[in-house]
Amino acid sequence: MGLKEHPLAQLLQGNEPWMTTRLDFLVNWSRANSLWPMPFGTACCAIEFMAAAANKFDLARFGMERMSFSPRQADVLICAGRVPFKLAPVLRRIWQQMMQPKWAISMGACASTGGMFDNYAVVQGIDTIIPVDVYVPGCPPRPEGLIYGIMMLQKKVMRERASDTSLRQEMEPDPKSQLYIPPTAIDELSEPFGNSVHQTRSGL
Amino acid sequence: MNSSAPFTPVIAGSAAAAAAPVTPRNLAHRGGPASPTADALRERFGAAVKRVDVVWGETTVVVDAGRVTEIVAWLHDDPAQQYDFLVDVTAVEFRDGEQPIEVVWHVRSLPYRRFLRLKVLIEKGQKLEVPSVWATYKSADWLERECYDMFGITFVGHPDLRRILMWEQYREGYPLRKDFPLRGRFSRSEQLRQALAANPEARYSMDELSIAQAFEDLPEEMRRRLSAGEKTGE
Repeated sequence: MGLKEHPLAQLLQGNEPWMTTRLDFLVNWSRANSLWPMPFGTACCAIEFMAAAANKFDLARFGMERMSFSPRQADVLICAGRVPFKLAPVLRRIWQQMMQPKWAISMGACASTGGMFDNYAVVQGIDTIIPVDVYVPGCPPRPEGLIYGIMMLQKKVMRERASDTSLRQEMEPDPKSQLYIPPTAIDELSEPFGNSVHQTRSGL
Repeated sequence: MNSSAPFTPVIAGSAAAAAAPVTPRNLAHRGGPASPTADALRERFGAAVKRVDVVWGETTVVVDAGRVTEIVAWLHDDPAQQYDFLVDVTAVEFRDGEQPIEVVWHVRSLPYRRFLRLKVLIEKGQKLEVPSVWATYKSADWLERECYDMFGITFVGHPDLRRILMWEQYREGYPLRKDFPLRGRFSRSEQLRQALAANPEARYSMDELSIAQAFEDLPEEMRRRLSAGEKTGE
């Protein structure tokens, strides 16, 4: 069989246009431009998020017009607002219900660090519960800020390689694993700086 | 007022000759006429009414802890009072260690347009217990639960006294008490570990479900767990 008789060659001799590309570029391109957000709005950041989704800022330009209120059909979790400890297992459960590939955006100061709520009730940053890809600073961030964060996430998605499977591995903190940080070290790391409310946790 | 009277517009300053309206600006901080309810309470309950204060025109009646249920029921039922709306149940603790903890009830009479603040003082060192007013006001249910959750005050006679804002396994104490550190007693990692250990899908008790009549719609496995007496969130 000569080269001209090869089925593939015959296919290419027709009038249909065709192109070659890298598969993971194509996959990343389609993923990055159809990110369906799972809005997890708990506070005022969610208002700015709604503004970002509304007509003036129009998230639909970035392929995000479909708010997925079901975590099983969502690609990116946008946590907008403070998360109290009572909500921590709920957020963790929603994250676990999302299908791979999945990403998370922490929107605003409270979701990222606990913000001004350095108190007994509020989680000091949702990255203590779920992995976060993009942190959007602000109190609350303007829609432009959120959109900039989303564009950063799109860039991140475009950089993914199918050969690198470590990106999609999920890990639970296990005391035997390298990732595990003992509670005492976390306490030391989480000691706030520049905060006038200095209190010990042992009591008075 | 005659309904056929012509409409007269109100011009600013034209009411200068009239009596000054009772606005917060014109009220004395302390003193002034007490609500007629205070006198009626004194007459009816005598020594159980310990003190009557008027603060910014609102009457505060400090009463005996043992007779709260009786007094509240009377305020609710008496045709000359008709305090039919329980606005709030809360508590106050002062930084001054000598001052007693106050439990406060705000009640309002819609027919008579009156407001009354009832207080019970619990001296330091005494047991934090007051009678529940749930028998009179069903709305006291969640208010008393909140007060219990935040201050640790036990409302005797409440049908279902458990935490409402914090989760039920919360072990650190009562957040609004003065001896409670702002960040809680446990370390951040321990707080997070305990919070994540809670099961978000097991937060309904049998009672709540029977009220909602949603029990039959639950998945079989959840019904089995709840029927076996699983407590909420554990």
